[in-house]
Amino acid sequence: MAIRRGRGVAAINYPTGMNLGGDPTQALVHSTPTGNFMVTLSSVDLGQGMKQIMAQICAETIGVPTDRVVVDTADTDTGPHCMGTFASRGTHRAGNAVIQAAREARQVMLEVAAEELEVNASDLETDGQGNILVKGAPQRSISVFDVALSAHFKRGRSISGRGMFLIPRSYPEKETGAMKPSTCYAHACTVAEVEVDDETGEVTVLTVKNIFEIGRALNPKMVEQQLVGGSWMGISHALYETTEPYYPNRDHGGTDFNQYLMPGPGDLAETEIIVLERPSADGPYGAKGPGEMCANPQIPAVANAVFDAVGVRIDTLPITPERILRALKAQAPN
Amino acid sequence: MELRKNYFADVRKDDLHEIGQPRARSDSPGHVTGKTAFFADRNFPGMLHLKMVRSPHHHARIRSIDTSEAEKHPGVVKILTARDVPHNVYTILILIQIGPEDETVLADGKVRWKGEAVVAVLAETERAAQEAAAKVKIDYEVLPAVFDMEEALKPGAPLVNEYHGQNYYLYDSGECRKVRFGDVEAGFAGADYVLEQSYQSSPIEHAPTETTGCVVAPEGNDRFTCYTNTQAMFFTLDNASIILQMPGNKLHFVGGTVGGGFGGKVDVIVEPIAILGAKLTGRPVSFIYSREEEMQISSPRAAEKVVIKDGVMKDGRIVARKVTGYTDAGAYSRHSPYGAQKGAGHYPGPYTIPNVWIDTYCVYTNRTPSSAMRGFGVTIGDFALEVQMDKLARLIGMDPLEFRFINAYRDGDMKAHRQPTEGAALIECMQEASRAANWPVAEKYMTMSSYAKGA
Repeated sequence: MAIRRGRGVAAINYPTGMNLGGDPTQALVHSTPTGNFMVTLSSVDLGQGMKQIMAQICAETIGVPTDRVVVDTADTDTGPHCMGTFASRGTHRAGNAVIQAAREARQVMLEVAAEELEVNASDLETDGQGNILVKGAPQRSISVFDVALSAHFKRGRSISGRGMFLIPRSYPEKETGAMKPSTCYAHACTVAEVEVDDETGEVTVLTVKNIFEIGRALNPKMVEQQLVGGSWMGISHALYETTEPYYPNRDHGGTDFNQYLMPGPGDLAETEIIVLERPSADGPYGAKGPGEMCANPQIPAVANAVFDAVGVRIDTLPITPERILRALKAQAPN
Repeated sequence: MELRKNYFADVRKDDLHEIGQPRARSDSPGHVTGKTAFFADRNFPGMLHLKMVRSPHHHARIRSIDTSEAEKHPGVVKILTARDVPHNVYTILILIQIGPEDETVLADGKVRWKGEAVVAVLAETERAAQEAAAKVKIDYEVLPAVFDMEEALKPGAPLVNEYHGQNYYLYDSGECRKVRFGDVEAGFAGADYVLEQSYQSSPIEHAPTETTGCVVAPEGNDRFTCYTNTQAMFFTLDNASIILQMPGNKLHFVGGTVGGGFGGKVDVIVEPIAILGAKLTGRPVSFIYSREEEMQISSPRAAEKVVIKDGVMKDGRIVARKVTGYTDAGAYSRHSPYGAQKGAGHYPGPYTIPNVWIDTYCVYTNRTPSSAMRGFGVTIGDFALEVQMDKLARLIGMDPLEFRFINAYRDGDMKAHRQPTEGAALIECMQEASRAANWPVAEKYMTMSSYAKGA
């Protein structure tokens, strides 16, 4: 009887957005009289930070700092339609809609600035700090603040824009299954190291090294929180979770966090996250949806590491001590 | 976390101001100081609380429902049964033309899973609603139930859901979604080894911090405002509109920050009945799942079974892959026909295989209806695929990481569902994993690229 060590690898990809498309999202953007920008959506922030990302996307596109953007969302009386926050689609779909709306608003903003500066709008650029400058002659400039005041009270222009993003729905061909499930895919490769106690069947996940390719890390700190959380969830799925441990007997289904087994802080592995960025052709600034895929590769990586450690395959999730012990017993020479 | 900017630097411009910056989240101070408002922070004078009477049986006919004792319970204001719901038989994906309508808001004549909602009790307090719910008398005739997908698919199995007529979802392609690419049998015949293995999973709870729920307030203008933690505002509004036969303009949905979704809040379960309660009583209604309901009543991730048969050559090439996936929808569709179909688009995984055969089934059993969860249609499939990859590598005596390089998809490779690969990055992820995990592979794999061969 001994503590045995093993490691396993898994590599995966994951589609961004609703399978087969057909999942639209809209956005509206407008400026306030003093040159702040409102993004209006009906998308839902699930705690992952969607509002913050939409603000950064709008700010980048208009050419102002992020703190000049306010996101108003999840109200069906004010926000235009969004299919919803699921299928790793929030950033990709809503982000594209915000870019389109923000571009339209930016164009009006530049036209008003051009009238104020008596130049062509195509000769203007933003400095990202809240100013609009003449290309090649940055001493000729006007603030976004002044442009918005002019648009509202002098020139009668609405600095606003509409955005809509839709990937047309694909219908699978009945016999061959020819279809277009998604337009872009995130990728991952995970290596897990475990220790397995071959006397108790207990698994300790020592380290998890995750490589994620996500198109573009729009906000590195925020994507990190999602990727780390996902990695933990993967360990949890691999080793712990089931609502029906003895199905069809339902008597032992967990009804609270004391009974429903999940890893505690002491059960979580040393977690390493490395991010690669291959911008997607149709993502907002190249972003793909990392929300779901980041919880997937740890499950098979841990399963493969358990085999590497003790030489038994557990092909039924979760990989419980009971299942490991039964497999070890079945494998042992009589 | 580290960003490895050396990969794909030739196809990426790093010239942005706001994007790529680790800006602090504007909502985090509210979260950590308790100031962020969640739907359940709404409290209205005269608000009623809704509790469900649920089926204790996996499958049963309802002979009679007697609510007379419950109605007399102090604090009870209204009791709802199936006949109170205008359009009681519904299915949420009808909005994207995936029918048939197969589920009841409140059970009508039959229950098909243990925990199914039968009677809704509205009372002045949660406690009164709970106590009154215990006084509702339902006479059941217990029916044979089926719990296993393979049993459910056998001739003569108990029929779970009459709206389908058989224990599987009928796609336009038949009993399963199919992908056919190349000649899989010829592939197996020509392979050095053939390995067939079966993988299974159990239902998994989303475990959000905030349980599913909503608070509905009737407004003075004949509208209803529904404060909800749904993941999809208009999807829920439009389904509520159908179920209640109420024009959408009478409904105003307000969301906000949700305390975790993970796919568990896209089922449209609490809102329609709460709005109906508000309409019939003229009072605000709160319907919030207890933690027990969240864990045992709300849809879990489906139990799945995945059978993979592979033909592999001694040099590491996978020449044929056949995948049969079974998704246990439980008693009702919810999002499961979509999830099973998503699996068909995902297999055979991120590998280029010349001969592929995929069948994915959505199967009905007398289990708690399953539905969307993070990685829907893919997570369990990836577990199966990647354990299978490990087994194949060991079968031919090859390093598991090198084996994946040999088969990894690259730009331009044709996928089984007949889309050319674009934007691949699996190889680079594995190269970085080799470095980060100190798992050396042969140099030829470290110089590979996802870009099209010869490009």
